[in-house]
Amino acid sequence: MKLSIWTYEGPPHVGAIRVATGMQKVHLVLHAPQGDTYADLLFTMIERRNHRPPVTYTTFQARDLGSDTATLFKSACLEAYERFKPDLLLVGASCTAELIQDDPGGLAEALGLPIPVVALELPSYQRKENFGADETFFQIVKHVAKPVERSENISCNLIGPTALGFRHRDDILELTKLLDDLGVDVNVCAPMGATPADIADLGRAHFNVLMYPETGEMACRYLERALGQPYTKTVPIGVGATADFIAEVGQIIGKPALASTVRSRLPWYSASVDSTYLTGKRVFIFGDGTHAMTAARIARDEIGFDVVGLGCFNREMARPVRTMAKSMGLDALISDDYLEVERAIADLAPELILGTQMERHIGKRLGIPCAVISAPVHVQDFPARYSPQMGPEGANVIFDTWVHPLVMGLEEHLLTMFRDDFEFSDSAGPSHHAAHAPAQQRAEVETGQSADTNIIWLKDAESELRKIPFFVRGKARRNTEKYAADRGVAEISIDTLYEAKAHYAR
Amino acid sequence: MPNDLSQIGCTNTPVLKQRGQHEVFCGLTSIIWLHRKMHDAFFLVVGSRTCAHLLQSAAGVMIFAEPRFATAILEETDLAGMADAHAELERTVAELLSRRPDIKRLFLVGSCPSEVIKIDLATMAKKLSEKYDNRVNVVNFSGSGIETTFTQGEDACLEAVIRDLPQTDQTQLAVLGALPDVVQDQMLRLLSDMGLENVLVLPHARADTPAAVGPNTHFICAQPFLGAAHDEMVRRGAKPIAAPFPFGAQGTTAWLAAIAKRFGVDDATLQAAIAAPKARAEQAIATVAKTLVGRSIFFFPDSQLEIPLARFLSQECGMHLTEVGTPYIHRALVGPDLEALPSDIILSEGQDVDKQLDRVLDCNPDLTVCGLGLANPLEAQGLRTKWAIELVFSPIHFYEQAADLAGLFARPLLRADLLKVGKVA
Repeated sequence: MKLSIWTYEGPPHVGAIRVATGMQKVHLVLHAPQGDTYADLLFTMIERRNHRPPVTYTTFQARDLGSDTATLFKSACLEAYERFKPDLLLVGASCTAELIQDDPGGLAEALGLPIPVVALELPSYQRKENFGADETFFQIVKHVAKPVERSENISCNLIGPTALGFRHRDDILELTKLLDDLGVDVNVCAPMGATPADIADLGRAHFNVLMYPETGEMACRYLERALGQPYTKTVPIGVGATADFIAEVGQIIGKPALASTVRSRLPWYSASVDSTYLTGKRVFIFGDGTHAMTAARIARDEIGFDVVGLGCFNREMARPVRTMAKSMGLDALISDDYLEVERAIADLAPELILGTQMERHIGKRLGIPCAVISAPVHVQDFPARYSPQMGPEGANVIFDTWVHPLVMGLEEHLLTMFRDDFEFSDSAGPSHHAAHAPAQQRAEVETGQSADTNIIWLKDAESELRKIPFFVRGKARRNTEKYAADRGVAEISIDTLYEAKAHYAR
Repeated sequence: MPNDLSQIGCTNTPVLKQRGQHEVFCGLTSIIWLHRKMHDAFFLVVGSRTCAHLLQSAAGVMIFAEPRFATAILEETDLAGMADAHAELERTVAELLSRRPDIKRLFLVGSCPSEVIKIDLATMAKKLSEKYDNRVNVVNFSGSGIETTFTQGEDACLEAVIRDLPQTDQTQLAVLGALPDVVQDQMLRLLSDMGLENVLVLPHARADTPAAVGPNTHFICAQPFLGAAHDEMVRRGAKPIAAPFPFGAQGTTAWLAAIAKRFGVDDATLQAAIAAPKARAEQAIATVAKTLVGRSIFFFPDSQLEIPLARFLSQECGMHLTEVGTPYIHRALVGPDLEALPSDIILSEGQDVDKQLDRVLDCNPDLTVCGLGLANPLEAQGLRTKWAIELVFSPIHFYEQAADLAGLFARPLLRADLLKVGKVA
């Protein structure tokens, strides 16, 4: 039993629904109690979909349990087939139905429907949403994809985008444009937008582009084995990664000299002098493994931030995230415990969080700006405008999104110089972002005694500390306390504060 | 303004019952507002990741202001053996209470999986209450989707609360149902103006509020979904007061009049208490109702508020009712409202959502009241919709909110007239 307040991922059947909803002419019959229909609103409200997800829930009740839930499941399957006439039927069970062990796969098989029926194993008490999506799509591909002749032009499949994915809608468009520039056609994009007939046609492509390992890796591995299609390992988020992706595509299609200039504004925006103030800003990065790792590379190599924390909530990606964190001199935080992530952020006191919607709220509470880089998604992650994460335009979007929440260069100096201006104070947050100003009361402990040591802050040192702008105050406090603790100093004076400042200024 | 009076009365209208997919929330969803209403209570759902995900997603937004609810997520190891699950729950509760020492009432909330594997939460609650003697009162109820629909979670919670209340012989009025604070204060002022001071409101905001029930307790429901709580009050010897629910000017007046009658409040006192707010409400409704009069409305089942709200919209706003769907019809509660509905409507209980969607498209009403999963798909098909869940989250009871309530239904219609850009989804 695990005490959980917020979760980063839903149960595995929500992953299955994301695949079914992304696809066309597919229907999912889910053996589930009535409350599980809440999942529909994720798609109709958060993603603003104009159709109900193609899911029939059996919605069994307590009184059905004693009698015959299996019959209920079979009639739900038949009615769903009659009403929706899908080309492929998915069947599965949610957490409660898993316990009553009705075997949806066997029951549906016995109905003898004239379409492929794919039974899903979604272990609700072990796995989570991303696994559910990955597994569901893999099963569909395994059932339907067959060897076919390769296309005449060089083509690829885009693999991984689903309904309710973080910016999947726009990433598809951006990658299609990028590949077109390289002379590569897109054969099929799946699951998003694909029909079962498209899945049968996957083999026409010369290779696969694995857009999101979280939801497409099993299928890509299978297609590599079964149909001999190589797949790309680089996720093209960021200028460097996009260049690497182009090079990787070049290798695969036998054009190693493929031009790798990425037409993005990010490099110049980052180099322009106005961005100098971004140098060394301490960022904490957390999200799904793929987005966290790509963000870490951009943060360090393309914007010049100092990555002070890196982690992911999906254990499946623990290994590569750990490796990358290690290369940055960090211990990765692999956890789906929201409170643990909050503690890590509070401890590190970063100047910027690159996280999920959950970290956005942590940031709000701690008074730290946050930009969202990954699912779990919120209605705001489906903007009306075009805003991909991948490719050249994705890099532009990322530059704007990350820099926006920060106090800008000259304003930062003014805040430092004139701290007592009653209108222009740091507790108001970035002046260009009034609507998102952090609350006046900060969670930061401002008492005389340090939070976790026995070091005392003398009154004048304490008020000197308050003159430091809020976005670096946490770091200054920590550094000073560490400096004092390392030297056995029990009381922090103004001198200690500035000695520490000089020490860490190296 | 009312529709043709010759056709009033829905008591004997045949009820359409179809068994198919239910597109409704489970009772756990009630926790979203209950945890805000009960200041020293914590709701611990014993369930699956799905339960946790539902609570997080149900309101359409995440509520991050330090929630007083959480989920003890069952894992593979918990499914192995019962003794194991009990020990695990004890450990989880200890972890929770050490984090939240301010908690005085802990609700162990059953879910679909905990019901199916038969974790005995009632016994656990008793044991834990003894363990945390005097410090925390541990109570169990079920919010599972195999037993409860949406607002029935509050019903089950309140039933459990009532079961634990001490006995009293004192004559008192009890009002059942969680109301927004501002609305509850208005209600208490109205009752006080009628000379009723000794009013018990359930659920009570704090554990130390003196609350007891007995044969001289007369009670009335402020929410129509409290069937089980109603029955539990009756078992405790309390006397129910039947009335239409206090929506709109007429509903509120009838509700207060029923209380006045039971407590022997004379008519002059009643009229003096209600004259001014009633006049205000009537005038305010009349303005908003201009948008609603003559327009047709279709209710999907959601919160059990459907029948009383249909009464208000038909009787006080001149709307034309087509189908009124509700998850469950508890006649002891909604009987008086049913009597005031036109008899020619379709009254449906339970749901086969696909067939009901066929009916709504056939009927093409001016406004459709439905859940969040259906609203945008229906908008995309050309219908105007009102999210039912907003009716549970907004102050809508009594005189001062009557026009706001009408406004909730008028807004989608006004908005449709405002937008000149078409709607291609």
